[in-house]
Amino acid sequence: MNRPAPHPVPSRSLPPASRWPREHLGTLLALAALVLVFSLATRHFFSPANFRTIANQIPSALLVATGMTYILLLGQIDLSVGSVLALSGAVVGVALSQGHWPLPAAALAGLAAGALCGAFNGLVTLRWRLPTFIVTLGTLEMARGGAHALTHSQTLYLGSAIESLADANVLGFSLPFLIAITVVLAAQLLLTRTVFGRHVIAIGTNPEAARLAGINTRPVQLAVFVSTGCLVALAALIDCSRFQAANPNAGIGLELQAIAAAVIGGTSLMGGRGSVVGTFIGVLIIAVLNSGLAAVGAKEELKRLITGAVIIAAVIADLYRHRRP
Amino acid sequence: MRPTLAMRGLCKSYATPVLDGIDLDLLPGEVHALVGENGAGKSTLSRILAGLTPPDSGTLELEGEPYSPSNKRAAEQAGIHLVMQELNLIRTLSVAENIFLDHLPHRAGWIRYPQLHRDAAEVLARIGLPHLDPQTPVEQLGVGQQQMVEIASRLWRPCRVLILDEPTAALTDPEVASLFHQIRQLQSQGVAILYISHRLEEIRQIANRISVLRDGHLVATRLATELPIDDVVRLMVGRELGTANFTAGRTRGPIALAVRNLHAGDRVQNISFDAFRGEILGVSGLMGSGRTETVRAIFGADPIESGQIFLHGNTQPATIRSPRDAVRLGIALLTEDRKGQGLFLSLAVRENLTVNTLPSFASAVGWISRIRETASVRGWLQKLQVRCDSPEQGIAQLSGGNQQKVVVARWLLRDCDILLFDEPTRGVDVGARFEIYQLLADLAAQGKCIVVVSSDLTELMMISDRIAVLSNGRLTAEFTRHAWTQDKIMAAALSGYLSPTTTP
Repeated sequence: MNRPAPHPVPSRSLPPASRWPREHLGTLLALAALVLVFSLATRHFFSPANFRTIANQIPSALLVATGMTYILLLGQIDLSVGSVLALSGAVVGVALSQGHWPLPAAALAGLAAGALCGAFNGLVTLRWRLPTFIVTLGTLEMARGGAHALTHSQTLYLGSAIESLADANVLGFSLPFLIAITVVLAAQLLLTRTVFGRHVIAIGTNPEAARLAGINTRPVQLAVFVSTGCLVALAALIDCSRFQAANPNAGIGLELQAIAAAVIGGTSLMGGRGSVVGTFIGVLIIAVLNSGLAAVGAKEELKRLITGAVIIAAVIADLYRHRRP
Repeated sequence: MRPTLAMRGLCKSYATPVLDGIDLDLLPGEVHALVGENGAGKSTLSRILAGLTPPDSGTLELEGEPYSPSNKRAAEQAGIHLVMQELNLIRTLSVAENIFLDHLPHRAGWIRYPQLHRDAAEVLARIGLPHLDPQTPVEQLGVGQQQMVEIASRLWRPCRVLILDEPTAALTDPEVASLFHQIRQLQSQGVAILYISHRLEEIRQIANRISVLRDGHLVATRLATELPIDDVVRLMVGRELGTANFTAGRTRGPIALAVRNLHAGDRVQNISFDAFRGEILGVSGLMGSGRTETVRAIFGADPIESGQIFLHGNTQPATIRSPRDAVRLGIALLTEDRKGQGLFLSLAVRENLTVNTLPSFASAVGWISRIRETASVRGWLQKLQVRCDSPEQGIAQLSGGNQQKVVVARWLLRDCDILLFDEPTRGVDVGARFEIYQLLADLAAQGKCIVVVSSDLTELMMISDRIAVLSNGRLTAEFTRHAWTQDKIMAAALSGYLSPTTTP
């Protein structure tokens, strides 16, 4: 150091990478506690078979919740994901069963449908500065209508045309699960390690300050909407493969599940704060809760009651955690 | 005569003393004008009287009785009403509903509209708006009429003291005339009126007595007939000048920013000026004179209607349609509202500092090198002597002065040459202000072009090489260091309000 610094900046700060386990300690403990409780309550819960079942159930929820996390980070919301999932699924279904397209072409068509819906949400929101709540509520209706129109409100059975996707597995993990995990990791790194992610956080924290700092905020926001549409379409593809069918009623209520997972994982609805890893933990908590409550024989109504209570408790806990100086 | 309202030793401090031992009597039936520079304490005083802010010490007496309102409603019940500069109307409701909002005539909760509209029409007729339909939604009115409705909503109540804070800012001449007519009527009924304004000509017309506030002290209370306008101006500014001079050791360089005939909204009318490298150009003016609007327009934050901006001596005007364009051309704006428009309050110092320079730490695909980013942040924190624990500390935990330094560092890191500062020491405590002044002086000495907007004239006179004065949306004067005096600058700042046809 060449000159004496009267107010040196100490170097004892933690490297940022070590921040996230601490950040998510609370939710990880809650997850562990749930696993423990259900394992003690019933012998069926703590078994490789059950964990494999859970792992096969979560990929589509995980993909949608990852997109939702980015949307929430921007300070926006997307209510249309459930309907867009059905629409993308319907496109894939129609392409396979009526168009007899090869699987890759049908998959691309489904992705395109999702991307278009996302682009529509983003462009309308940005062009007229509308609340996304309203725009995506409109898209929710339109996409659902589109899904029913394409399928004539019939579930399309696809059979062997698509089962290869869900059945493929590597080292005991299904392909959808591996895809979802890869997306989660990539999205987390994109968020914390790239210019794009930092701009998302800045825009979500203070859009006016971001604009006045010279950040071009529109392309960033549009990219998030379009990517979310793509992730939803990917989830649709996985669901079609898992059920070997395209159902125009798929994904009803999915938007609320995705928001719940993100919020449980510590993402703020006000924008600017959140993480994909947190959302992953949130998805796991909901999945474990569902599976565990089913294993102990809880009825559907009780399951929903408890899940709802967990969401509220998570937000209150988060509030206290962040109120601390 | 017993005063209607007597103030004794009123004191109020926020970070610094805002009011210091104010003794003032409001007499029944007088119009008492209160004048002073921005930040002299006028608004704080009116807020105390209206029960919006409690004083730290001192007493109030209303017609001989102790008076200490705990909130606005208590003040109004005692007959003290404040009409604020900002409009407090509910835009979607009708004129009548707004006037009687907290006293809607009703029977068992059902509003009696015929009576409401009759009463409102009566009030409107009294204030000189007999043709305004009380059922008109407020949002369909112009700002001037809204201001009159706001005043009307105070006037029907039993009133002993009426405080008007810049009531004519948005009014046209006929509206001002009918307002004055109404004020004189209230006066004849024995109401005491405290009239806050920087429109000295109007004060001359309406006021019986004038009080001058300066830096929280009441420096004079005189009969209006005994106090010429020139003396008012002198009393408003006549304090000891700060002796510090931050302009030594730099020489003016080539031209960096030339603004020609800039128009943007009502508050930026035909503004032209030059700013050079290696100098600080101060921009002075009263609240609402268009200072902030001018720098925002140059930065592309608000749309420009016409006019040209030339950068670095180019003969082609620059195209600045957005802040992004401005930043690419090397212009930075440090906003007045640092928390609302400058900082990312929930993020760390590091993230605030590098938000618009991230690509320079990143690979082609956008992968940020945290090591390089943090190293650069540390370097700047040290260079500007920012007091913080680490680059990872939350920006919200820093003091105002240190937050400001981080924002300055953000733009220096971005290599901006033209730095527009809007109120650089707002929210910065007095001790740290001199560090900011020194920082500005250092930047100018390094050849940056610095434009500083400030409502603190002393501050501008310490740091500026030249001062441009805006008044009522126009540039009314420009002074060099040797030519300026506080009186001249204040006179120029007031000149735009003297009569609507005044042009520089």
